[in-house]
Amino acid sequence: MTPTATTHPERLLEPDWAEITAITPETEDISTFWLRFEAPAIQEHYRFQPGQFNMLYLPGYGEAAISISSDPDESRRLVGHTIRFVGNVTRAINRLKVGDLLGLRGPFSAPWPMDAIEGKDVILASGGIGLAPLRPAIYHILRHRERYGKVILVYGARTPRDLLYLNEYEEWRKADIDVQITVDHADETWSGRVGVVPMWFYHFRIDPRKTALLTCGPEIMIRFVVFEALARRIPTDYIYVSLERNMKCGQGACGHCQLGPYFICKDGLVFPFSALEPYFNVEEY
Amino acid sequence: MSDAKKPSVAVYKFSSCDGCQLSLLNLEDELLDLAGALDIAYFLEATRAVKPGPYDITLVEGSVTTPHEAERIRQIRSEARFLIALGTCATGGGIQALRNFGNADEMARMVYAHPEYLEYLDKSTAIAEHVKVDLEIWGCPVNKHLVLECIAALLQKRKPNLPQYTVCMECKLRGTVCVTVAQGMPCLGPASQAGCGAICPANGRGCYGCFGPAGYANMESLSERMHTLDRFPGETALLLRNISGYVPAFRKAADELHIANAASQKETK
Amino acid sequence: MIERHLAISSVVSLPKTELDALLAGLRHNGYQTVGPCLKDEGLVYAGIESLADLPRGVISEQAAGKFRLVQTGQERYFDIIPGGQSWKQFLFPPRLTLFTAQKDGRWRIAPDGEPAPRYALIGVRACELAAIEIQDRAFMREDYADPIYRARRRNLFIVAVNCLHPAGTCFCVSLGSGPRAERGYDLCLTELDDAFLVEIGSELGRSLMTELACEPASAYLQNAANQGLEQAVKQMGRHLDTSDLPQLLAGNLDAERWEQVGKRCLSCANCTLVCPTCFCWDATDHTDLLGKVTRRERVWDSFFNPAFSYFAGGNTRPAIRSRYRQWLTHKLGAWKEQYGTLGCVGCGRCITWCPAGIDLTEEIAALREEVEA
Repeated sequence: MTPTATTHPERLLEPDWAEITAITPETEDISTFWLRFEAPAIQEHYRFQPGQFNMLYLPGYGEAAISISSDPDESRRLVGHTIRFVGNVTRAINRLKVGDLLGLRGPFSAPWPMDAIEGKDVILASGGIGLAPLRPAIYHILRHRERYGKVILVYGARTPRDLLYLNEYEEWRKADIDVQITVDHADETWSGRVGVVPMWFYHFRIDPRKTALLTCGPEIMIRFVVFEALARRIPTDYIYVSLERNMKCGQGACGHCQLGPYFICKDGLVFPFSALEPYFNVEEY
Repeated sequence: MSDAKKPSVAVYKFSSCDGCQLSLLNLEDELLDLAGALDIAYFLEATRAVKPGPYDITLVEGSVTTPHEAERIRQIRSEARFLIALGTCATGGGIQALRNFGNADEMARMVYAHPEYLEYLDKSTAIAEHVKVDLEIWGCPVNKHLVLECIAALLQKRKPNLPQYTVCMECKLRGTVCVTVAQGMPCLGPASQAGCGAICPANGRGCYGCFGPAGYANMESLSERMHTLDRFPGETALLLRNISGYVPAFRKAADELHIANAASQKETK
Repeated sequence: MIERHLAISSVVSLPKTELDALLAGLRHNGYQTVGPCLKDEGLVYAGIESLADLPRGVISEQAAGKFRLVQTGQERYFDIIPGGQSWKQFLFPPRLTLFTAQKDGRWRIAPDGEPAPRYALIGVRACELAAIEIQDRAFMREDYADPIYRARRRNLFIVAVNCLHPAGTCFCVSLGSGPRAERGYDLCLTELDDAFLVEIGSELGRSLMTELACEPASAYLQNAANQGLEQAVKQMGRHLDTSDLPQLLAGNLDAERWEQVGKRCLSCANCTLVCPTCFCWDATDHTDLLGKVTRRERVWDSFFNPAFSYFAGGNTRPAIRSRYRQWLTHKLGAWKEQYGTLGCVGCGRCITWCPAGIDLTEEIAALREEVEA
């Protein structure tokens, strides 16, 4: 499966237009926007892989890098973007309605290594909106469940009301994914686990020789998840981290998202930890 | 669009020269569009017609220098949904804040035959020292295009696209030869907020920071470097103690230079 | 005429006044001729029509944070080492409209319809040729090419000039990028007292030369040029020890020296903007009052602007020392891994045009000293 970027090679930063076909509210400040290209031919050829992102553009407000959160096998029909309304662009997107247009460039970045981790037990560790870029990986696993061993999803949010995709967990569990949910702060509705994501690692039996970890979430969570994974001796080549930086062009051209020798938008977002190790503990790098 | 639906705008003047309000009136090409998009409810410089508040957008020019102004700005704030401090008098105290460094009573006696008729505060201060300000537009005067951008941003519910870098960026973007490097002039450009278009260096003189210090300005290094280029004693200190002189970063840097200058003069004596 | 003898790599001598005819020939071929001009006590690159527009009998004295024009009284045009501008402004313009989006019920995009300009650059130094080659690698990668840069680059005609009088902040020899222009030009001049020595580097260069009153270069002139260049190698004002630079930088991200230089650095971005290889940019939207029309513009950006690294999770590099470290470790380190070459050509602009007078050769030397201590 080769992703097809829709970007016009002769026109810098020019997007294609996509229509908002549906908006699924997820939490108070997060919704999923379902987009379909105006031009059917573009939609027909559009493909992405789990973990990739698109640049969404609203003229006047600018572009925002948004992870694709939908099923890659459905990309012919629709592309889903789970968006938290925190910045200038995303707040403006929150004011859009079904039928409105957004500019779209993408997909960009290296995907989750779904092929390379076949045959492994898989731990998906994510926090907050970090579940969004992992959901396409989950869909991929659901479709090809037999290709993976034990699959554990550890997902944490600040409060029960901040949990994403609540009504899908049952289906994931039915497909033999061990879905472990935790919140930082419980409320009266919550009878599940309380605590941050890395805390729950010692609950799982992990065979480091056959385990791969995919993690995405707040930087502080990633840091401690990686520490836990290292403590459990998962090889650094099988700890995959999805990073976030100030992405502008998506093509490793504008220089913004550099980390050491990497352009995160092009060489990441997903990195094996072995590639990040030299920079992981350098302050402000 | 009927006036009822258009956001209402009020423009007020405090202690200032009117220059920033004039910049608004100088938006000749855009004035019709503005009048079409906004309900100009209070703008004495432009029209005597006055509509009652509250107002959606309130622009305040000038600094607070009298007890009456201190009272009036609170009244204006109570009627303002979104308050913009317009120009460096309003954002930093302005050139009149130079009196903050001396004794106001003494100055009044020097200037006025009957200072007893004057009512004034000890210091000239920025609007934000008195009430909450929602947006500051710096400049002496303001750059009219930036004012327009801020109004456009408010109408479109977005963040205004204001430069977030120093005057040096603007010099380089327009191809100006650096006056510090090529002519040895002190210039506050490396520590000053951009937005003016780097007018002063383009006209062969150093920046005096009328858009205020950049948020991340390294004043210690700037002073240390620039004052070695002084063409007369205290030139850099004078640049600092100018339109934005009472803004903390510049105030502190000038104070430190004055102390250093005094010390070195003592030594030479 | 000697038309039949001219070939690529031929060396001829050209009377200085014939440069006017060369410029005219280039304009006749549809080129805008741009070259060095004096302006506001500095040297800029701007449109030139004839020899009269070039700086005559002027050189530049350069030091950390200092550039001064000095009159020599000599009848020479290219002795002056350039100022803060570089040729990148013609390939990678400081500001450029990308497109305009209009809302007419739906959003529609009107691309900027201007065809790429055709520039003939007059007086490109060896270090500047090297810089263009480095930017080629950044803007025209195998997997992605910047369409604006590529179109302008394809249209480029380059008249190089060999450097005979390096300035105090020059260190091209350390990077192997000068002072002799080795490749990448259409024509290359060496300015001698009475004539230009011209090396022909391309077919278009050759055909333009056939129209000019040039003669085969005498051995005497060629010797003079070679001797001048040998002298120039010895006159470098600065030296940079490039051995193991990427390893030195990557291995010492926590060095004390970053702290020290962070105290001096103004974070004003001048070094990155004058650098002929720095390529960072940002895109911003400019709307009309009601947001019905938006112009999207590309503009130079820099590591040193705090907004550069800002995203929803916060600013990646809030401290000035982190930004300076990012600049130097990229330029003299990570660049190598990204593009197979260092990002520095030894032109010295970042030293001369730093208002605080920070000198990267000094910083590297100090870092080495700290590491070895």
